[in-house]
Formats: sequence, structure tokens, C-alpha cells
Amino acid sequence: MGEYIKELPDVFSEFSEQRRQSFLTAMEYKKQGKPLVGAFCTYLPMELPLAAGASVVSLCSVSDETIPAAEQDLPRNLCPLIKASYGFAKTDKCPYFYFSDLVIGETTCDGKKKMYEFLSQFKPIHVMELPHTQSEQALQLWKSELYRLKAALEERFHTEITEEKLRAAVRLRNQVRRSMIEFYDTMQMDPPPMSGMDCYNVLNGAPFRFDLENLAKELTELAARLRERGSLPERKPRILLTGCPIGGVYKKVISALEQSAYVVAFENCGGAKATHELVDEDADDIYEALARRYLNIGCSCMTPNPNRMTLLRKMIEDYKIDGVVEVVLQTCLTYSVESGLIRQMVTKDLGVPYISIETDYSMADTAQLQTRLGAFTEML
Amino acid sequence: MNYIGIDIGSTAAKVAVLGETQQYFVLPTGWSSIDTARAIQEQLQQRGISLDESLVVSTGYGRSAVNFADKQITEITCHAAGCAEKYPNCSVIDVGGQDTKTIRIVDGVVSDFLMNDKCSAGTGKFIEVMANRLGCDIDHLFEIAERGSALPISSLCTVFAESEVINHVGAGKPREDIAAGVVDSVAAKVAGLAGRLALSDQVVLTGGLSHLPLFAQSIGKKLGHPVQPLENGRYAGAYGAALLAQRLEEKKNRKEK
Ligand code: SF4
Ligand code: SF4
Repeated sequence: MGEYIKELPDVFSEFSEQRRQSFLTAMEYKKQGKPLVGAFCTYLPMELPLAAGASVVSLCSVSDETIPAAEQDLPRNLCPLIKASYGFAKTDKCPYFYFSDLVIGETTCDGKKKMYEFLSQFKPIHVMELPHTQSEQALQLWKSELYRLKAALEERFHTEITEEKLRAAVRLRNQVRRSMIEFYDTMQMDPPPMSGMDCYNVLNGAPFRFDLENLAKELTELAARLRERGSLPERKPRILLTGCPIGGVYKKVISALEQSAYVVAFENCGGAKATHELVDEDADDIYEALARRYLNIGCSCMTPNPNRMTLLRKMIEDYKIDGVVEVVLQTCLTYSVESGLIRQMVTKDLGVPYISIETDYSMADTAQLQTRLGAFTEML
Repeated sequence: MNYIGIDIGSTAAKVAVLGETQQYFVLPTGWSSIDTARAIQEQLQQRGISLDESLVVSTGYGRSAVNFADKQITEITCHAAGCAEKYPNCSVIDVGGQDTKTIRIVDGVVSDFLMNDKCSAGTGKFIEVMANRLGCDIDHLFEIAERGSALPISSLCTVFAESEVINHVGAGKPREDIAAGVVDSVAAKVAGLAGRLALSDQVVLTGGLSHLPLFAQSIGKKLGHPVQPLENGRYAGAYGAALLAQRLEEKKNRKEK
């Protein structure tokens, strides 16, 4: 292997199939007795399970298939991400959930943290107390939660998370982060070297890879090849996506936008929000460095949430953005309230057009999205 | 050369032809946009308009069904183009059969817009349902509403509002007052949406209800700002699409068929 160079479209479609492909890998892992940890959110310091010898998989569900089952326990007017994730867990339809030895959640938004109480009825779950501010006190609390997670992992997996192992994990994750950044930064080219759909398929598939060293190498290679291939022929308006996680809605949103624009930047979890900041590898106190890095994530469950604003400003400039599209999942309170502040900053301070759309995991609003988002791109 | 704009909405399909002659016509939209598109094609032929010598822009929610269109453009952009001819700086309120939108136009181009498409309150559909309840058509409902004093209809949902109307009917309230209540309630919802975008000095009303003076008046009252019905406002989208067809390059020769 390695000699044979795959065509770029094959690379893209491989990544888009990664989630399904890895079902088998996960099964293999289990057969070999390797532990698997399920995560619901970007706040999980993945270095800790990694140092405990466990692989991390994302349990955020992206299809509406099991929402009816979830609605037997949970209220209907709840965010589709929470309902779908819970539904897959409950109906045992998500192999990753099924194979997870331990699920780790964080007290992010209210819907999620209450959902964990239901989940704990049929799956071991460790909930980390995530503070909702980024003060020094909050940092200390969060750091103590990292220690608590360390102890929980050690106990469950009968292992010791040594400083050495943890530092190695930090270096490895940083390497993956750097390669992801290298990859998505190619979209700064104008026109970009690939469609936003191809780009997101890769971003979306990458977290389902367990062979992290290879993943980092492949992404770096992919970035180099894209730079070599150069820009797509046609110039079109350049869009940045921000807001809630879009795993369950990106296909309909991106395809509506890319009829007459390119989606070149992703600020959401899954894109830059979760990736752009590295952990300080050489810090004296590696727990504090980790805690700081994760607490810095600009999610709307933080108040105030300056880091999201800073990142957005930077991305709008770096990617030469012509329009910002915010995706809010139905009933997501924190993002929908915050969208007003984002609109203010984007339109008033930066003079960039902005639109916010609310959607869910169903296909019912595809035509409306095409009109709304189509009109938005026609206006740029 | 003819420039044809076709606007397939949820209840009616509007066609504007700009060429040697200007023609406008409207057809009801059946349940199939494809059939509607076919019917339009026939109409055009009957009127002696050759598609080979035309550029066609389709718009509206059925725009993708028009397989002979040279380009599809969203109704927001087309509506704006149709209004900007006369009012290059204005706010447009368009009340359609299944959605309501408000568009802000600055120097002839769209600068911002909002759409209500999740719920039928504040749309033509709402009025149609209520007119049915009162046993009349929409124009007639507005006619009798002129004489009534509005009864409260406060539900945000069409289904609940309908039962409010039924209650009013059951309680023997005068039809004029109920009709006035219906107009008032729709106007309030439309104004609520329009008010969420900064209003221009000039506010125009388009859509299938724009020929009813009472409607523009009622929305204006709720907004606290005069609302001017656009002449031929039902055709704003189709007319705009035809204007945009004019701007399309002459790529007709590239077109097969
Ligand atoms: S948006 Fe916030 S709560 Fe949701 S996955 Fe991202 S960090 Fe977690
Ligand atoms: S999208 Fe919003 S409501 Fe849904 S899980 Fe994330 S923060 Fe919570």
C-alpha cells in the first residue's frame, strides 16, 4: 500500500463513507479487546482516553431515523441532535454506541445534560462538569474535572495514565489538528481547490478514523495535492458556515448554497471551532494546558463567548468571506439567542451579509432552504 | 426576441412576456408543477410566442419544473427586480399563497430579506381557508370586511384561528365583523414580519392580494407606515423574472432543442 495514488474524488468519497466503514474497524477493535469511548461533544479532552489506550468515537447522530423512538421519552420540541443521538442509543441502532465501553458527556446545554440522565439508565456514562464561563475559577474547576475523568478512565480500563502517555497523546492529537488545519486552509485559495461539500465530507469523516498517525499523514498529503491541483475554474461568492453542529443537515444546506456559491469555511464544531487551537505540548502543567485549551472552545454555552467572535472575525478575513450563513438547529436556545449578536458583529462591524436559518434533520424544508439560501447567494 | 418570466407559486402561476408585445397571463397551479409548466408552454404557443426566440427565467417554488427555462432564479431576487424598476429604494412586502416575505432593496439590489415559510398564518392560504368558512371567495371577503368592525382572532395557527371563526359564526356574530377580523389578523401577522427588517421610506405590497386596497391599508395601519400596492403587483415576480431574462446573455444558440 502507499504506492498506489488514489484519485482525489475517490479520496473524498472514501472519507464520506468513513463513518460507515469504521463500524467494522470498531468491531475489530472490540474483538481485540481494545477499549472504545463514546463522545457527544467537542469539549471532551480526547487526549485522556487516548492516553488510557482507548479510541474515541463521536456519537452525535445525524439522521432523523430514530427521533420518533426518542420522543417516547424526550419532549418533541428538543434539538434534533439530542433526540437523534438519544434515539440511536436507545434503539441500539448506533454500532458506536453499542460498542462503547464508556460514554463521556459534559454539562454543555440543558437539553444534553438532562438527556444524559436518561442515557445513564442503560449505559455507563461519565458526565464532566463543564463551567459556562472562562474565568480563572472556571479553569480550576474544569482542571479538577480532568483529574476526575483520569481517575474514572484508569479505574474502568485498569490502566494508569502516566504523564508520559498523556504528553504523547497530546502530541499526537496536535499532529492531527495541524494536518486538519493544513487541509481546510487550502480553501483560502480563491477560487477554492474543491467544493465545500468535498471539504466537509473529509472533515466529517476524519473523526471516525482510529489510525491517527496515518490520518494526519493522509490529510497533509491531501492538502499538498490540492495546492498542486490549484483552484477550481469558476469564481463564485465565498460562504462561511457557523452555528450549531451541522453533521445532520450539511448535505441539504451545502448543496443549496453551492448552486451559486462555494462554502469555503466552517466555523462549527466539526470545523475550526473544534480544531483551530493546539494544546501547549511543552507546558509544565499538562493538565492545566489541556484544561485551558478545551475551556477556550467558543461554544454558545459559554457566557460571554468572546472566542467565537474572535475566531469568526479572523476566518472572515483569512478566507475572504462574502457572506456568513448561520445554521441553528431547531430549539437550540443558546445558538439562536447568540445569533443576534453574531448578526450584529458580522453586518455592522464587518459589513458582511449574514443570514440565519433554522432547520432540523428532516428533508421537509429542502425546497425552502433552496429558496432562502439561493436568494442569499444571488444577493452577494 | 421575447423575454419571458414564469413565476410558479403555490396557488397560481404567473407569466410575463416582454417582447414585441407585452403580455401577462395567469393560470391556477394544480398539484403538479410539471403539468402547470406544460400548460404554460401550450398557452405561449397559442399566443404565437416561439420559445426558440425567447429567453426564459423561471421562479417561484415550482421553478425547477419549468424544463424549458434558461435559468432558475429565486422569487426573492425576481420580486426585487420587478419592484426595483419603479422603486429602486424600497421595502417590498409580498404576501403569497404559502409564504410571506419582506425584501429590502437598496439601489436596485436586494440588501436583506426575511421569509415566513413555516406556517400558513399571515399568508394567502389563511385568508382562503377563512373565506371558505364564511362561504365566499377572497375578493368578497374583503368587500364585506370594509363594512365590519374587526372581531378578535388571536390564534397564531390557522387551524386554531379557524375554530375561533367557527365560534364567532356559532355565536351569531355578523359576517362583516368576522371578515374584518380575518383581514385584521392577517395584516397584523404580515406587519409583524415586515417590521423585523428596517423599513425603507417607500413600502410596496405585491402578490395576489395587492389589488385589494383594504389589505394594503390594514397592513399600513399595523406598521404605522403607509403601504403602497404595486400596480400589477401579482405579476411582480414574473415581471422581474422577464427583466432578468433580458439581462441574460444571448446564450440561446447554445441551447439544444
Ligand atoms: S456546539 Fe457546543 S455543545 Fe454542541 S458539540 Fe459543539 S461544543 Fe459541544
Ligand atoms: S445544537 Fe444546541 S441544543 Fe442541540 S446539543 Fe448543541 S447546544 Fe444543545
